[in-house]
Amino acid sequence: MGTLGSLRRKAVATAAAVGALSLVVGCSGDSDSVTGGSKDGDKVTITMGLFGVMGIKETGLLEEYEKNNPGVTIKAEIAGDEQTYYTALQTKLAAGKGLKDIQGIEIGRAKEITETRADMFADFSKVEGTDHFLPWKQSQITTEDGKVLGLGTDIGPMAVCYRKDYFEKAGLPTDREEVGKLWAGDWKKYVEVGRTFKKNFKGGDVAYTDSASGLFNAMVYGYPEQYYNEQGDLIYDKNPAVKDAWELASDAAEEDLTAKLRQFQPGWDPGLSNGTFATAVCPAWMLSHISEKAGEVNKGKWDVARAPKGANWGGSFLGVIEESPVKEEAQKLVAWLTAPEQQARIFKDLGNIPSSQQALEDPSVKAVKNDYFSGAPLGEIFGAAAQEIPDKQVLGRKDGTIKDTFSQGLALVEQGTPRDEAWKTTSERIQKAVR
Amino acid sequence: MATSTTKALAGEEPPGPSRAGDGTETSRRRGAWLHRLDVKGAPYAFVAPFFVVFAAFSFYPLIYTSWISLHDVELATLDVMEWVAFDNYVELWGDSRFWNALQNTITIGIISTVPQLLMALGIAHLLNYRMRASLFFRVASLVPYATSVGAAALVFTMIFERDFGMINWGLGLVGVDPVNWEADKWPAQVAISTIVIWRWTGYNALLYLAAMQAIPADRYEAASLDGASRWQQFRHVTVPGIRSTIVFTIVLSTIGATQLFGEPLIFGQGPNGVTGGANNQYQTLGLLLYEEGWKNYQMGRSATVAWAMFMLLVLAFVAQRLIKRLRSRTS
Repeated sequence: MGTLGSLRRKAVATAAAVGALSLVVGCSGDSDSVTGGSKDGDKVTITMGLFGVMGIKETGLLEEYEKNNPGVTIKAEIAGDEQTYYTALQTKLAAGKGLKDIQGIEIGRAKEITETRADMFADFSKVEGTDHFLPWKQSQITTEDGKVLGLGTDIGPMAVCYRKDYFEKAGLPTDREEVGKLWAGDWKKYVEVGRTFKKNFKGGDVAYTDSASGLFNAMVYGYPEQYYNEQGDLIYDKNPAVKDAWELASDAAEEDLTAKLRQFQPGWDPGLSNGTFATAVCPAWMLSHISEKAGEVNKGKWDVARAPKGANWGGSFLGVIEESPVKEEAQKLVAWLTAPEQQARIFKDLGNIPSSQQALEDPSVKAVKNDYFSGAPLGEIFGAAAQEIPDKQVLGRKDGTIKDTFSQGLALVEQGTPRDEAWKTTSERIQKAVR
Repeated sequence: MATSTTKALAGEEPPGPSRAGDGTETSRRRGAWLHRLDVKGAPYAFVAPFFVVFAAFSFYPLIYTSWISLHDVELATLDVMEWVAFDNYVELWGDSRFWNALQNTITIGIISTVPQLLMALGIAHLLNYRMRASLFFRVASLVPYATSVGAAALVFTMIFERDFGMINWGLGLVGVDPVNWEADKWPAQVAISTIVIWRWTGYNALLYLAAMQAIPADRYEAASLDGASRWQQFRHVTVPGIRSTIVFTIVLSTIGATQLFGEPLIFGQGPNGVTGGANNQYQTLGLLLYEEGWKNYQMGRSATVAWAMFMLLVLAFVAQRLIKRLRSRTS
């Protein structure tokens, strides 16, 4: 009995130990394919990794492609937050595992990808029918030796969203044409209008604009060179474009023209729904956020006017992984998804502005109007704004981080820190972050 | 521990071979060998699952983190590591952000832990009385603990909101100017501590209550016979009676305070939370680690902060042991 009992006990113990070990080992199990896609005769499976609202799945384009191409199955996985998505993508690229056949790339990451991971992505330069994009869009995802790592989806041309009712109460014009003329050509005029607004507005505690950082971004993104020059050197502290934007945004902050809010953070939303500010510099993709958060109550109170100067804030690309077993099929899909017709459709359904020149010129795109924003002709406004974007835009590896750091620096000014001190702090932080 | 277990096991089981009844020498020897292996080896096999999992998910990451902290690594290029020896540590030592974060961690730790444990003690004392619906109160005090950090922090963030928050609204009713809870240093730290206190007070109170109920009633009787008041009973019977539990909760709270992360992150909202406010006014060490790793994508520096935090905890416990030893020697 003893031996048997002890044997049984030992068996149990061994089983437990083996079980624990296999638990551990199980975690490191891997598949042999780099990406999730597969090809089996006529049957092709393509996987996609996307983020945010890129409009590809939301508009039903994938189902349509599957219908038109029998045998193709597309599996799209969408991460809500781009930061989380990119963090995971970086690890997967480093490990060479767990990737999808098609990966979305946000503009702020484009430079880092082209500099460090060009070999992981397939080249689009020889794919046919991809010459319809805005000239600067494709250059952002092209490496120095001419390899094109992806195709553009949307772009982020700027306009100014404003509250008609507040403008009226401040004795300012309310018609979008006239409002646009108030500040045409110069952001300084936009701030000047703010001073008039502050002086004349009667009717409660309403700031002219939501945040100093929104103004700053809009100004900086209007220049070909921003935080980096073409050689990849950090020039934010010498670039007059950045310095001017800083000074003007600081003026607005110090003169109390801003509501001291942080864009896209929860505190911003009650500001929208309660109407604590009269204007917001808005890239095209911001409109859906405004209409959602400001709510039905404020429908028709908002309108959209041309921004003083053209600028581009945001936008994305779709890339294909070089080692994907379905590389060609995936490239074909990407070319189709970013073709003018499909981009126009995404714009009409969701409001993401096409990066395709051809789509922007499409009469049906130009005719798009938006009910929420008092019937503003978004197609016309943003289409024209897209043409004003500088033909060249130099991106830098740490653009995203630097932008966030500047936003924080301006928040300091809004909280009463002297601007020179805030600039110094910001500069120190950037030095630490980019090193 | 190990020897007593072995003895107990050996005592329970009479030696195997004599009962196995096979009779042959080899099988008996094999039986004896198996038995010895069983008695000596089984305990290890039983605890193995924990330690195997521990090794895989705690020890290996710990060692790997220290390896990373000696390199210059970016997340985008995890496979390219540049050996920099202790440069990251030297740099961290001279980095004002580190000292700022350390200071914030300590101050938030103090303003959250001290009131939390004192209140827990008080609540436990009250719950220990005979009262109506005591079960309800006991369960209710545990509810905050069962709430997720995210949900709690989010709700408190709304309550402390500058323009439309409940607290500023209440302050406005009594004619006090609104407080900019997020942007000013001390209000922000108090607000974050409030979240921590709200979540953990009930939990600690229940721990104290459990310990209090283990104190024999005759001690209280004896004390009251000696003419001790309620307060004196609390000080001289209750507190010494639950002393080890108090030490335990202090240890737990200290560890928790050192690793404070979720509350300030959510309180600051998005990128602003990662840096602990525009002026780093409530950036804790946990947030600094996160900022280096997941905002600046500098894995080496992030790992360095992680190790610095670990060393700080080790240091705190060594100091605590030393003080304890010194005190027991003097008394």
